[in-house]
Amino acid sequence: MTGSQTVAKPPAVVPPAPGARRLQLARFRDLALVPAIILLVIVGAIIDPVFLTQANITNVLQQQTELSLLVLAEAIILIAGKFDLSLESTIGLAPALAVALVIPAASNGLGTEVPVALAIPLCLLTGLAIGAFNGLLILRFKLSAFIVTLGMLIVLRGLQIGITGGQNLFDIPQSVLYLGNAVWLGLPASIWICGGLFAVGILALGFFRHGRSVYAIGGNVDAARAAGIRTDRVVWIVLMIGGLLAALAGLLMTGRLGSVASAQGDGMIFTVFAAAVIGGISLDGGKGTLFGALCGVLVLGLINNILTLGGVSAQWIQAIYGGIILVALILARVTSGKAQD
Amino acid sequence: MTSPAPTAATAGAPLPAVAARDITKRYGATTALLDAGITIAQGETHALVGRNGAGKSTLVSILTGLQRADSGEVRFAGEPAPALSERDAWRRHVACVYQKSTIIPTLTVAENLYLNRQGGGLINWRSLRRRASDLLDEYGVDVDPARVAGDLTVEQRQLVEIARALSFGARFIILDEPTAQLDAAAIERLFDRMRQLRDGGVTFMFISHHLQEVYEVCQTVTVFRDARHVLTAPVADLPHDELVGAMTGDAGALLSSGASRASVSSEAPTVLAVDDLRLAGFYEGVDLSVRAGEMVGLIGSGSSGKVALAETIAGLRKADGGTVTVAGSRPKPGSVPSALAAGLGYLPQDRHREGLVPLLSVAENATLPIAGKLGPAGVIAPARRRAAAQRMIEAYDIKTSGPDQPVNALSGGNAQKVVLARALSNDPKALVMVSPTAGVDVRSKESLLGAVASAASGGTGVLVVSDELDDLRSCDRVLVMFHGRVVREVSRGWADADLIAAVEGVNAPVEGAQVQ
Repeated sequence: MTGSQTVAKPPAVVPPAPGARRLQLARFRDLALVPAIILLVIVGAIIDPVFLTQANITNVLQQQTELSLLVLAEAIILIAGKFDLSLESTIGLAPALAVALVIPAASNGLGTEVPVALAIPLCLLTGLAIGAFNGLLILRFKLSAFIVTLGMLIVLRGLQIGITGGQNLFDIPQSVLYLGNAVWLGLPASIWICGGLFAVGILALGFFRHGRSVYAIGGNVDAARAAGIRTDRVVWIVLMIGGLLAALAGLLMTGRLGSVASAQGDGMIFTVFAAAVIGGISLDGGKGTLFGALCGVLVLGLINNILTLGGVSAQWIQAIYGGIILVALILARVTSGKAQD
Repeated sequence: MTSPAPTAATAGAPLPAVAARDITKRYGATTALLDAGITIAQGETHALVGRNGAGKSTLVSILTGLQRADSGEVRFAGEPAPALSERDAWRRHVACVYQKSTIIPTLTVAENLYLNRQGGGLINWRSLRRRASDLLDEYGVDVDPARVAGDLTVEQRQLVEIARALSFGARFIILDEPTAQLDAAAIERLFDRMRQLRDGGVTFMFISHHLQEVYEVCQTVTVFRDARHVLTAPVADLPHDELVGAMTGDAGALLSSGASRASVSSEAPTVLAVDDLRLAGFYEGVDLSVRAGEMVGLIGSGSSGKVALAETIAGLRKADGGTVTVAGSRPKPGSVPSALAAGLGYLPQDRHREGLVPLLSVAENATLPIAGKLGPAGVIAPARRRAAAQRMIEAYDIKTSGPDQPVNALSGGNAQKVVLARALSNDPKALVMVSPTAGVDVRSKESLLGAVASAASGGTGVLVVSDELDDLRSCDRVLVMFHGRVVREVSRGWADADLIAAVEGVNAPVEGAQVQ
């Protein structure tokens, strides 16, 4: 008996040590991008003194608000183990549809001239409906989330062009412009909104049962179901929240630019995914934090700003930006030590 | 009389913990269960055995409320089972440790334990970890609740799942092949724990392919065959061969195949030689040799390094030092193609992950290594492939609808036969097999081992790396590995207890075994 106990001990006792070390690393992985952000700020300050002015920093943050809302939405959806590519079309269609329903036909509207007060609710409702429809196809009809949302991306973009006749909408009601323009306590309202929503998201996903169930579903959907989580309902709600956040991002963008461009949001989804993955969100689901995703957005925003300030020629900026995304991914892989999937 | 349950209760007769009666379940044209039932008394450990496809898994999903039976009833301690939608009510009655893990690998142990019941409102992580730690302590599970569950070993994971099951208040636990992935020492610890819990009044239903375990830990056994209930009997009254007979439908000697092989002449050439092989952290200074036509067993606990040794021979790992010689040539270390070219066949430990391409047909899977021989210049002639596969299906008795059936539609035993057929398709000089019968039913086990023995008779040298004593019975000699070294060699005719003692590192002087 004593012999068998000596055999029994080693496997039971040895693993905890490396496990504990890994756990501490896992805690720090959340903050892995913070040094990168600090480094970028220093580099920015050296390249151009303008960088550290309050105006520039505010500008950088405000430009990232729409992207960050999409990343917030996509991060929650990815953690739940799903995909949504259609967010980049929702950001254009939701405000375009709401505005077109409100403004007169002479300004490229639909001529319905719905009361102006309904513009914002209509916009948010559109986002919610798109998320619900995605959920219907993915969860009820068991279609692949990737293909469904890729199809929706194209359909929604097409709808926007159809509704607006391919025109940019300029005659935007004041209420729609407000959120993207207003300044609260010295900072643009969009920054407050964005920061607030991230705080709510971090709290909900980190400290509430329903938020944790999102991680459980993405980690092992059968186990989550066996634990009594209504998995389909949670994922559906997550997809609807995703659509809602994209519509809100559309409102902010419309307000900031003062118009709804016919190609509003076009191509953004690639940056959204890059930011999420750099921020440590796994495409396999169940892994990553919203704080990490937020850091991912900030890193990309700072890089963009520094390239502009550094006078990199506009023709080259895209190639360099893409290259930096790849380098950031490689660095994230090296620092986290785990394969990205 | 109209309500038997209360009458029985008032009469004071102990109600069975679980009673399932006349359960029928059909999936389309296939009948998974036909008027089958099981009655498990309070506080007993009840084995459910049967070959693959006998309906065990279906019964488990009905007893755990994951599926509804087409007809029949389930009662827990006399009460009718709750509705399917009431997950919480089910979990108070019954818990199951499935073959497939229901742990979420990306979350911590603590969170897995209290998933979806972390408490209302804001989660207090510190108190959650403390509750988890109390729960684990209560059942003597030595796992840090703050660890990420994906880092646990299979054994730890199972213990966490059992603790979680008990924490719901369930006193009936189903263990679905819990030992399939555990090594001998861990199985023994699991059994100890099961006995402790049984003493505390916990009822178990235990599913296993290893009949020895049924005799070791269970009081009663129920046999299912072809979707029907065949017999229920106290384990003590049921001889081994009758149990096998009930499972297979005919009484027959178990695993006699190959045991009568002629012994290998000392003239036979050595086809596999391992000389002073070392790999830090796994094994050191290992020497072994296998002659043509010889079967050599290699046994050891999970930490003995036996699997790493097999993987090194197959070229999946690169040794730190020493040599591997296959049929006189030395394959490049760490190169699988080179080992294959030298004449080595390899049957991996995890057939699903390393052995098969699930969506491809039986024919394609079986002929992967010989694809080059099926046509000129890399062309694969479908007719020749079918013919080659057909020959293998017949030779290895693979139960399939034909060579074109996708391999993931096969049962575990038949899938393993495909892997074996493939490993032998190249006429290897030496064959290395790791846990060849894990998760395989009794009858398939026999035909698998028979095929291996006949390959050996045909001149292949075979190295069987396994914890399963039945796998090793037809071996000419068995080597025991302990903490990375070969510590003992026994020749055919060893006694089970001696071998297990050596595996466990108990150095009792043993008769008939020669200490190396």
